[in-house]
Amino acid sequence: MTRPWLLRDRRGAFGVLILIVFVACAIAAPLVTNGEPTVQRDIVATRFVPPLSRDVNGVFHPIGTDRFGRDVWTRLVYGARVSMGVGVLAVLVAVILGVVVGALAGYWRGPLSVALLALTDFALALPRVVLLLLLAALWQPSTLLVVAVLGLTGWMGIARLVHGEVRSLAARPFVEGAVAVGARRLRILARHILPNALTPVIVAAALGVGNAIVLEAGLSYLGLGVQAPTPSWGNMITSGSDTLVNAPWVAIAPGVALVLVVVACTLLGDALRDVLDPNVRG
Amino acid sequence: MTAPGSLLVEVRDLVKHYPGERSWFGLGAPRAAVRAVDGVSFTIAPGRTLGLVGESGSGKTTVGRTMLRLQEPTSGKVLFEGNDVFGLDAARLRALRRKMQIVFQDPYSSLNPRMTVEETLREPLEIHRLNGAVSALLDEVGLDAAFAKRYPHELSGGQRQRVGIARALSVEPRFIVCDEPVSALDVSVQAQVLNLLADLQAKRRLTYLFIAHDLAVVRHIADDVAVMYLGKIVEHAPAAEIYAQPRHPYTTALLSAVPEPNPRASKQRIVLTGDMPSPAHPPPGCPFHPRCPHPKKSERCRTEPPPLRPITPGHLAACHYAEEPM
Repeated sequence: MTRPWLLRDRRGAFGVLILIVFVACAIAAPLVTNGEPTVQRDIVATRFVPPLSRDVNGVFHPIGTDRFGRDVWTRLVYGARVSMGVGVLAVLVAVILGVVVGALAGYWRGPLSVALLALTDFALALPRVVLLLLLAALWQPSTLLVVAVLGLTGWMGIARLVHGEVRSLAARPFVEGAVAVGARRLRILARHILPNALTPVIVAAALGVGNAIVLEAGLSYLGLGVQAPTPSWGNMITSGSDTLVNAPWVAIAPGVALVLVVVACTLLGDALRDVLDPNVRG
Repeated sequence: MTAPGSLLVEVRDLVKHYPGERSWFGLGAPRAAVRAVDGVSFTIAPGRTLGLVGESGSGKTTVGRTMLRLQEPTSGKVLFEGNDVFGLDAARLRALRRKMQIVFQDPYSSLNPRMTVEETLREPLEIHRLNGAVSALLDEVGLDAAFAKRYPHELSGGQRQRVGIARALSVEPRFIVCDEPVSALDVSVQAQVLNLLADLQAKRRLTYLFIAHDLAVVRHIADDVAVMYLGKIVEHAPAAEIYAQPRHPYTTALLSAVPEPNPRASKQRIVLTGDMPSPAHPPPGCPFHPRCPHPKKSERCRTEPPPLRPITPGHLAACHYAEEPM
C-alpha cells in the first residue's frame, strides 16, 4: 500500500531506486564482490589496476584496484555497509533522543520543559564539526564512537521540531476530545499526539541520514572517523586523494557513491514530506 | 443521585482571566489580564437545554470548556449532581467525565486524522471498560456501520460531526456541552444535526449546554437562553420569553439580525456600530454602553455597572432601563 503512492512521486521513485540498489549491494556484499575488502596480495603486481581490466593473476576488477592492490568495487560495497550503517544508526540515536526531549518539553510544561529547551538551545549553539573533532580527538577513533558522536550532536533540530508539533497538537480539539472522554496523559501522547507529530520527523530523518553520511565521510577523511583498514567511503576518498592524477578511480568511485546516496536521501525526504500528509492521501 | 426536578448543573460566579503577558522579556509589568469570563452564574435542570449565545470573544466557549475542566478556572464553582467539579482529584475527575461530554465546533480538527472512526469510538469504551458497540453508536447518530473503517478525511463535515457526537455519547453521559456544533456546517446539514441532537436528547434524557453565536439556531433547541457580552451574562430568560420580549438592548439587536423568511414582513434592523471592546480593557459602567442604541442611555450607564436582576419572574437582565425595553 505504501509503495504505489510513494513511487508515484518521481523524486521519491528515483530516491527509493538508488537506495534499494545500494542497500541490496551492501546486504549481499559477499555475493556481488570477492568478499575480501581488506586482503592484500602481491601489492607491487596488483596495485593501481585500471577499471574494467584484469590483473596479472587474471582477476577481473570492475573499478580497478587501489595502492595496496585491493579491489575498489569490493571496498566500495563493504564501505557502503559502514557508511550507510553509521548514517542510519546515528540518525536513529538522534531521532530517539530528539523525540523524547521534544515530547517531554512540549507536553509537560513547567520547569522541566524550560530546562530541556535551554539544553537544546545550548547544544544547538555549539558548532557541530568542532565538537566532533574534539570528541574524536579525545577518544580512540572507532566506528561506534562515530555513531555516538553523530547521534549526540544531531538530535537538537528534531527535538525542536517535535516540541513545536506537540505543543500545537496538544491544543487541537481532537486531543481535548480525548481528555474529555477520560484518556490519561501517556495515552494521549502515544495515540493522539506523537502519531500526528511524526511526519516531519520522518522527513527530517531521511534528510539527516544523508547529512550524517557526509559528516562521517568528513571525519574519516580527516582520519578521525572509521579507521583503516575497515573501508568507509570517507577513508577511501582520503587514501585515493594522493593518487587522484594517476589512479582517479580510487577516490572518484566512493565520491560518486556518496553523492548518489545523499541525493537519494534528500529526494526521498522531499517526497515523503508531500506524501505523508494524511489529508492529501487519496 | 439527584432527586427529580432538582438541578443537574450549577455554575456559580465562574471567572476565567488570562493573565497578561509581561513586557521586556518577562521582566516588565504584566499587561492587563483578559477577562474572558467575568462572573457567570446559571443552573440547568435535568433534561433541559440552556442556550448560551454571544458574539465571538464573549467568553461563551470558555464557559463550556472550563465547566469540563478542559481549562482551569480562575475562580468560581461548578457543581455537577452536587459534586464540586473543580475540587476533584484526577481519578474522580476521570470518573465524572463519563457523565459530562463535549461536542466541538470544528468537525475538521475534532477527530484524530490518523484514527479510523472505529478506533476513535472504541477508545472511550476501552478507557471506561464499557460494553458498548461501535456499530450501535454509529446507528444512533444515523451513520452506516460501513463508516467504521473510514478515516476522518474521507467523511463530509456533517458526517464528521455525527462521529463527534457518537464519541460524546459513547461514555453514556448525562450532560453534553454542544460548543457551536453546527456553526461550521452547511445550512442544509445544520438542520439535520440539530434534529439529531434533539432526538438524542429525548431518547437519552440528555441535558445540554448549547453554545451558539446566533439566536436563530438556539431557538429550536433551547428551553432557556442566556446572552453573553464581554464575559458576562446580560440577559437570561425562558426561550419563548426572550424571543417575544427581550429586555436588554443587546439581545434586541441580536434578534433584529435574525433573518426574516417572510419578505413582506416589515422589520426594523438595529445595526450595532463598532466592535466588541477588548476583554482586557472593558469599558467602565455598563460594558455595552459604547455600542448601546437604547434611547434612554444616560450618564448612569457610563459609570454604574448594571447588575443582572430579575425584571419579571424568571427573566433576568443587566440593564438600568430593562423595564422600558427598546
